[in-house]
Amino acid sequence: MSSAGGSRTELRVVAARRSIVAHIREIWTFRELLGGLIRKELKVRYKNSVLGFLWSMAQPVFLLAVYSFVFSILGAGFENFAIWLLCGLIVWTLVSTTLITSVTSITLNANLVGKVPFPRAVLPLSTFGSAMVHFFLQFGTFAVILMATRHHIEWSYVWLLPIALLALSLLLAASALVLSVVNVRARDTQHLLELALTAMFWINPIVYEYQLIVRWLVAHSWPTWLPLINPVTAIITTFQRVIYGAAAVDDRQLLPDVGAWWYLRNLLIVAGVSVVLLLGALRYFDREEGNLAEVL
Amino acid sequence: MDAIVAEGISKVFHLQVNPSQSLKERLVRLRGNHTRDFTALQTMDLSVAGGETLGILGHNGSGKSTLLKCISGILKPTTGTIRIRGRIASLLELGAGFHPELTGRENVFINAAFLGISRAEIARRFDDIVDFAELHEFIDEPVKHYSSGMYVRLGFAVAINLDPDILLVDEVLAVGDEVFQQKCLDRVRQFQQEGRTIVVVTHAADVVRQVCQRAIVLHHGEKVADTRPGEAIRIFREHLQGALSEAAVPSPDAPVRIDDLEIHSSGQEAKTITSGDPLELTVVFTAQRRLERPVVHVSIISPQGQTLYAIDIDLSDHGIGALDGTHRITASFARIPLLDGRYMVSTRVFDQTASEVAAVRVGRDEFSVLNPGTAHGVVSLKLDSVTAD
Repeated sequence: MSSAGGSRTELRVVAARRSIVAHIREIWTFRELLGGLIRKELKVRYKNSVLGFLWSMAQPVFLLAVYSFVFSILGAGFENFAIWLLCGLIVWTLVSTTLITSVTSITLNANLVGKVPFPRAVLPLSTFGSAMVHFFLQFGTFAVILMATRHHIEWSYVWLLPIALLALSLLLAASALVLSVVNVRARDTQHLLELALTAMFWINPIVYEYQLIVRWLVAHSWPTWLPLINPVTAIITTFQRVIYGAAAVDDRQLLPDVGAWWYLRNLLIVAGVSVVLLLGALRYFDREEGNLAEVL
Repeated sequence: MDAIVAEGISKVFHLQVNPSQSLKERLVRLRGNHTRDFTALQTMDLSVAGGETLGILGHNGSGKSTLLKCISGILKPTTGTIRIRGRIASLLELGAGFHPELTGRENVFINAAFLGISRAEIARRFDDIVDFAELHEFIDEPVKHYSSGMYVRLGFAVAINLDPDILLVDEVLAVGDEVFQQKCLDRVRQFQQEGRTIVVVTHAADVVRQVCQRAIVLHHGEKVADTRPGEAIRIFREHLQGALSEAAVPSPDAPVRIDDLEIHSSGQEAKTITSGDPLELTVVFTAQRRLERPVVHVSIISPQGQTLYAIDIDLSDHGIGALDGTHRITASFARIPLLDGRYMVSTRVFDQTASEVAAVRVGRDEFSVLNPGTAHGVVSLKLDSVTAD
């Protein structure tokens, strides 16, 4: 009963505004709820399905098979094109799943928000969390495929991956928080987002290679850093460089032939910007949180 | 030490004048102010001592639920701060966090997580919860197979078994069957005895009288009283009557004018009637113009605003096919089966063919009932016999 004794001194303050630190601390005390919601989401999704989690893991295998088949017939792409494609797709799936599920995370839980007090930020963050779980399941499958096909990844660059994931997580958490609240005020957001995601898929170098745009930009005397304005590009190119491997820079010129520092610099810029965005998102969320129960 | 301290709290809602949630309409009407401010709670201070049971009285729309939602943290106040010492459990919405596809067991853990309670702690109390909810054989079934009673029982069991310091209760505890209701009430009483803090929101004066040590009265978002329950109930009733008479503003060109509503007992004008005595209600009204097929409606309303009795008297059944001039309509009751309290009488005159109400008289007439016996409640039932073995 020691923890119950500890709760006796617990003091909660309800006020219109609070500091970001207090907000984060409150979310932290509800971390078990966050975990519970992620588990619940996964459980509910695979309830009554025989294969369960295998569905998440099967997706990359299936995509790999389809794309390999289609592109071998079309004769388009390049060697190991399916692996190149998967590097981008696996990241893109994480981005699009997070955005599309977080935008409705509050509106779909209107009942809960109107009746149960808890830090509402947990709702969008849990959709991001479950998208992350899927990402790791798919990444695991991808790793098995890579081993099975004896693909050579760039081992000396692997340390970039956790940094890339961390930067992306900060960015996605900030986006999830903002989108979920904006959609309460204007329900068009979720429809607008669906359209935007279709366009955003093509501004990322997933199906084509990064150097393709760079060559076009050079030909038209545009600055070559333009594509990096899109933060997801920095993440995707990192995954491609690490997983597709040295072949990406050697003869095929898919990515710029630069060292790891280039990727690190890009990632650090994304991470830095994302931290600022996340702090802004938390502040905005805190301001709106107290009225959500009434607006819904 | 105070369990709840609210300082300078207020709540203003920004209502959209023309509620539209579409971006298009927002862009079209981007300029100009399209929200209307509605003050649900006017700036107030409030403190609840540890171990105290506080009642919050108010009619519908008085802001009492808003205040409770601010205390529980569902809403945040627009200004001011509320400091809450200890763990809160609210019996506002039982089982609101349940997911139908998950089992009772899984939902208990998720529901507790919504209250910010760790898995370890909930695991320790799990058996108590299942015992209290009486759901042993169903706990591993998905809750979508539960009856609504089972659903609420489980929600109540979670809330009450988590050892809260402060309990928030909205309205009467209408949970499950009567046996379970009694169990809940016993548990609330036990909470009081254990020195825990309880905040009860209600418009039922009886509840406040029975369980509260102190009560506040809210009226249009303003705290108009903070005092002993008896005094608070008196102030609440005064405001309730004020609110009712505000609602009935007679229109000058109404076809009928209600001149008076007389309350008699055995032919004597009576403000106070003994329980079980006769009651006669007489409506005196004048038709300004001819009204076909008139109907007189009379109702008796409890102090909580609940209609206890209402009847539409079709005057054509009593020989008046059309109104012309002044009429006196008397409804006589052989005995008034009510217990202690002040009761309001309201009346309306309308014609049966049109839906238009010709005249209304609300919130101006009342009588008190005095009960010489020991029974309490609302209705005086005739106790025939008591057998004892």
